[in-house]
Amino acid sequence: MLYQLRNVSKRFTKAKETLTIFDNLNMDIPEGDFVAMMGPSGSGKTTLLNILGGIDKVTSGEVSFAGNRIDGYSEGQLSEWRAANVGFIFQFYNLMPMLSAAQNVELPLMLTNLSGAKRKENVATALNIVNLSDRAKHYPREMSGGQQQRVAIARAMVSDPQLLLCDEPTGDLDRTTADEILTTLQVLNRELGKTIVMVTHDPEAARYAKRTLHLNKGVFEDKMVMA
Amino acid sequence: MNDFTIIWKNLFRKKLRTTLMLIAIFVAFFLYGMLASVGQAFDSPGSSDDKNRMVTLNKINFTQFLPISYYDRVARVKGVTQASHSNWFGAFFQDNKNVIVSFAVDPPTYLAIYKEFDMPDAERKAFLGDRTGLAVGRAVADKYGWKVGQTVPISSNIFSQKNGSHSWDFKIDAIFDNSKVKGRDGLMIFHYDYYNETVSFGRDNIGLIVFSTETPAINDAVAKNIDAMFANSPYETSTDTAEAFSKSFIAQLGNIKLIISLVVGAAFVTILLIVGNTMVMAIRERTREIGVFKTLGFSGQRIFTQIVAEALLLSLLGGLLGLSCAVPALLLINKISAGAISGLTVQPIVFVKGLGWMVFLGLVTAALPAWSAMRLNIVTALGRK
Ligand SMILES: Nc1ncnc2c1ncn2[C@@H]1O[C@H](COP(=O)(O)OP(=O)(O)O)[C@@H](O)[C@H]1O
Ligand SMILES: [Mg+2]
Repeated sequence: MLYQLRNVSKRFTKAKETLTIFDNLNMDIPEGDFVAMMGPSGSGKTTLLNILGGIDKVTSGEVSFAGNRIDGYSEGQLSEWRAANVGFIFQFYNLMPMLSAAQNVELPLMLTNLSGAKRKENVATALNIVNLSDRAKHYPREMSGGQQQRVAIARAMVSDPQLLLCDEPTGDLDRTTADEILTTLQVLNRELGKTIVMVTHDPEAARYAKRTLHLNKGVFEDKMVMA
Repeated sequence: MNDFTIIWKNLFRKKLRTTLMLIAIFVAFFLYGMLASVGQAFDSPGSSDDKNRMVTLNKINFTQFLPISYYDRVARVKGVTQASHSNWFGAFFQDNKNVIVSFAVDPPTYLAIYKEFDMPDAERKAFLGDRTGLAVGRAVADKYGWKVGQTVPISSNIFSQKNGSHSWDFKIDAIFDNSKVKGRDGLMIFHYDYYNETVSFGRDNIGLIVFSTETPAINDAVAKNIDAMFANSPYETSTDTAEAFSKSFIAQLGNIKLIISLVVGAAFVTILLIVGNTMVMAIRERTREIGVFKTLGFSGQRIFTQIVAEALLLSLLGGLLGLSCAVPALLLINKISAGAISGLTVQPIVFVKGLGWMVFLGLVTAALPAWSAMRLNIVTALGRK
């Protein structure tokens, strides 16, 4: 099992008021899964994704990744863990505007010991997979939304992580472009065995996944949350 | 790609903003380079003087005269190895704006003391043997394009000749360099005898007596003896080292060092505020990107280092450019003033201190934004649109 969440609670305390996002949430995600997570705005999808990605902390409960408890990791340990295991894809692409497509894709490789030549090779491969080899030298402002998202996908997978976490990756794109992006994700899942968790509003998008979970007020409305 | 690529691209992502900051830093360090060097030049006016070189002046002040007879008496004082005398001439060439530092001296004794005035032996011999001869410092000769052998009319804004003329004709016999302090040769000297025989008033007067002592250790004792010798005479004297004399002369120009410090300090505080504020803004605009860097796995320390390096790069680029431009600017001033402000270059100490201030500027302006970027919470950063 890649992920195991046990009795996970998340609360925000602000001005003596406590807001509970989840209470005793349980979830399993096997390796090679492609999960779509749906739910109304404010239901906690992004928060859950951030917890899975180790950029947000649980208030209580256990989060295990490949058998290791990551909920107790320090900032530094989480940093290294993310670099090695997780690729993130955001709704608004979040590319670095001052870097070219190739440089954006190379960023995660700066955290590895790979040689310059090997890095170049990996960047080229990643850009090739998302079909953007001819845009390597272009800057984000010179590319369409769909192209920028493909660069972001290349950046997320260039260091070959097991897991891709996507927060509304097609939320800002038209139908055709969205379908292209989703097809790319599907290929990554099917051909390269990447485990994907994707938050989305779009029922069409959810169809590309192997299964869909519905989150409402911090509770899954589905039966098959646990493996 | 390495961290430097990111730092460089971040620095120049907003070209106008960075250019304006660079100009501000450039101006501040250009000013610093110029003014600190001027201050340095005033700080060490006596550095060309030997420690055992001393000066006897009229006690009232340096514009008052001494009788020439005093020269012989000082020369015979115990501990004095070599004495000479000189007279401020108030010289200018053609136009009274072309002021030239010049003295009527006794050439053989004067050059025996001022060994740093270095000229070819043949020229020295010609000058010593020529009553109307003139020895010109390199800076002056260069400014007016004078060559050895030329005859030049030199006017005085103090003295006139018995025939009513304010101008004396001199033949340039020698051009000298200062072998001790390069460029400190913005002056000229000529024969006291020629001047004394033709001058319409103030005959047999001299401006000051300069002499060498056996060793600097006896300077104080010799000074005391000389001043005691002339106590209660119509012309009481004040004797001190040449270095101290130059310093007190400079002191009358006002507290230049203080003014320089204030100007440079004000410029520096201003750029500190401008650059500091701009850095805070620039980094705040990148909050989301910093969140993404951290999400990818970049550590807080690495981001901290990048921002500090960016600020250092900015202040070093602007500062080094400013300091470097101060070098030719000072050369130009030197040329225009014909070495009147002697030793005017960007000295190594000014460069080193400037470098220190650049590093200080970079560290201080980076501190706050780098610290907050390091501590920045990823979820908060990504939430900011
Ligand atoms: N830092 C925070 N402080 C307080 N409340 C927060 C914070 N972050 C998120 N929330 C709240 O948690 C809930 C879930 O947010 P989020 O995970 O972004 O939902 P979704 O992505 O499903 O729209 C929302 O009600 C939101 O207001
Ligand atoms: Mg969300």
